Amino acid sequence: MSTVADQPNIHKKIHTNFEILENKLNGTSKWPIHQVRKQALSVFNEQGLPGVKHEEYKYTQLGKALEKHFDFTQKAEPQIANIEKYKADLYFSDDLINLSFVNGQFVPELSDKYEEAGINILEFSEAYEKHQSKIDEHFSKYAKVESDPFIALNTAFAENGAYIEVVDNKIVEKPVFLNFITDSSMGEVVTYPRNLIIAGKNSQVSVVERYLSDGDHPSFVNSVFEAVVYQDAILNYYLIEREGENNYHLATTQINQVEKSYVNCYAVSLSGAMVRNNLNLVLDAEYCESNMFGIYLLNGKSHVDNHTMVDHRKPNCESNELYKGVMDEQSTGIFNGKIFVRQYAQKTNAFQSNKNIVLSNNASVNTKPQLEIWADDVKCSHGCTTGQLDAEQIFYLQSRGVSKQRAKAILLYAFVNDIVNKISLDNIRENIQKTITERLYLDLGVE
Amino acid sequence: MLKINNLKASIEGKDILKGINLEVKAGEIHAIMGPNGSGKSTLASILAGREEFEVTDGSIEYQEKDLLALAPEERAAEGIFLAFQYPVEIPGVSSTNFLKTAVNQIREYKGIEPINSVEFLSMLKDKMKLVDIDQSLLQRSVNEGFSGGEKKRNEIFQMAILEPKLSILDETDSGLDIDALKIVSDGVNKLRSKDNATIVVTHYQRLLNYIVPDYVHVLYNGRIVKSGGKELAIELEEKGYDWIKQESDAQLA
Repeated sequence: MSTVADQPNIHKKIHTNFEILENKLNGTSKWPIHQVRKQALSVFNEQGLPGVKHEEYKYTQLGKALEKHFDFTQKAEPQIANIEKYKADLYFSDDLINLSFVNGQFVPELSDKYEEAGINILEFSEAYEKHQSKIDEHFSKYAKVESDPFIALNTAFAENGAYIEVVDNKIVEKPVFLNFITDSSMGEVVTYPRNLIIAGKNSQVSVVERYLSDGDHPSFVNSVFEAVVYQDAILNYYLIEREGENNYHLATTQINQVEKSYVNCYAVSLSGAMVRNNLNLVLDAEYCESNMFGIYLLNGKSHVDNHTMVDHRKPNCESNELYKGVMDEQSTGIFNGKIFVRQYAQKTNAFQSNKNIVLSNNASVNTKPQLEIWADDVKCSHGCTTGQLDAEQIFYLQSRGVSKQRAKAILLYAFVNDIVNKISLDNIRENIQKTITERLYLDLGVE
Repeated sequence: MLKINNLKASIEGKDILKGINLEVKAGEIHAIMGPNGSGKSTLASILAGREEFEVTDGSIEYQEKDLLALAPEERAAEGIFLAFQYPVEIPGVSSTNFLKTAVNQIREYKGIEPINSVEFLSMLKDKMKLVDIDQSLLQRSVNEGFSGGEKKRNEIFQMAILEPKLSILDETDSGLDIDALKIVSDGVNKLRSKDNATIVVTHYQRLLNYIVPDYVHVLYNGRIVKSGGKELAIELEEKGYDWIKQESDAQLA
């Protein structure tokens, strides 16, 4: 069957790796979470990696890429070089909380200890020891293993990542940075980061999920960020991907919203060999609001695919989506935005827009809005544009003494900054602006 | 300062300029007039370096340099300024940042230290008075949501900031009411000196009541068919362009 990839070797290796994981567990293999893992593995076995004709992975042949570039032989110990070398890429400040992972392993030296009553920000295994029943209640309840083979695969190997629980009425004042560094300088790396966020009633938290990579060997990150946001709570979520040309990444973000909750998502992808972001929002109660913003700024042979899905299940909710992409050199951008409005979800407002600039003849973009509306009293709109930089604007800037390269950088910055400016947290906004500026000016050869 | 020699240019294979000769010296104001489609704006665009036009023959010498060999930004740094007929809106690019970038890129070209923020802001304040431009406009994106008059004033404001040697005003009067026209002209006149020159491209004589030219040239069918003093402009205003067209067509026939 061509919707399933034919990779007997990978599947065999995955089973061996699962046995390695089980052997490490000792007494804890009876714990409920491990039953979930086993269940996930069997679901993955049934599904397999997506094949070339898999509808959802048609434009992003991740199954094929994994088969071609990966061995999947897991080393007994994850390889971590001198941690000093990772410090330069992280932000240490009293204004934020860091949890850092290198090749899946939690690195306490690059992380902050945060203790406050009602707020738990912990590395996953420690969290499981301390908050087992809470985790069992929520883990794998929103990111359903049946819905996607990569969620199933991640769930089978879920042991590293962050756990963030904010009890009712608590506000986490500082943003939480989850730094995932993939270092393949010593060999192939495959990791399965798994993050679980529980935002209690009327709570607020901002989480930045950052991915960086180093090394020339191939690496594959299959991550899942799973969150539930309760009544009147606010979650600001940032996914920032800045990975190398040998890095393959499938990032699933699954957020379920409960009544009157408010979620802002920002996805910024700047590089990577093949990046696929599956952002799924389920609006499962009335009066929820969701905003989804995305930027992809690509060059080289980067391939970035944003698949977003908003599922309006209940009435009176609103979702807004704006994704903007810039494709240079031989890069490929893909946007697929699904909006479901269920029959019961009357008075839904759902808006979607995707805008692209293609800078080179060898770059391409593929954009597809997909609206499925069963309710009859809704306001929905979608639109997409693909074009080039405005020649008249470039000439205008040049005529005032600005070089052509810089004029382009200024215009591209303005194009994406429209989204970045919506970020209300100063340190995150400035951080992203700095990253984009570096990126634009370096790539265009402007100082 | 500027010597245009037998300049011929075309766009998409269509000949627009068919041999322009013009010399502009420091301290002078030249008006280029002519009916619609005569090539006035094309000439202005070519001087500023717009790429859509292909120069097929002739040369432009500017301060002893081959102007046509310079990129638009190099021309700007060498002191050429084009006030656009239709200034483009650039959403998301703040006017102030844009101007500072422009000033510093020109300084860099000349090997001068970048301007510091205090100096820059005081310069902005000075020049704002010149064209009666409101501070709030500068906090907005370049030309975004500006009225026609505000856009034209913003052009002259930029001219004041960049202090060009050769300014080319392309139909700066179009869409301006009389009050705005006075403000804009007033600004241009204050920026005049014996060291710089101005080329005013216009269809109508009215602007020339305020920016008084030393020379008036009539462009028709891609050629300068008549040159004279400021009185030529007044004659054109009274009699229209038809007599020039007839004269010129008769000569060619």
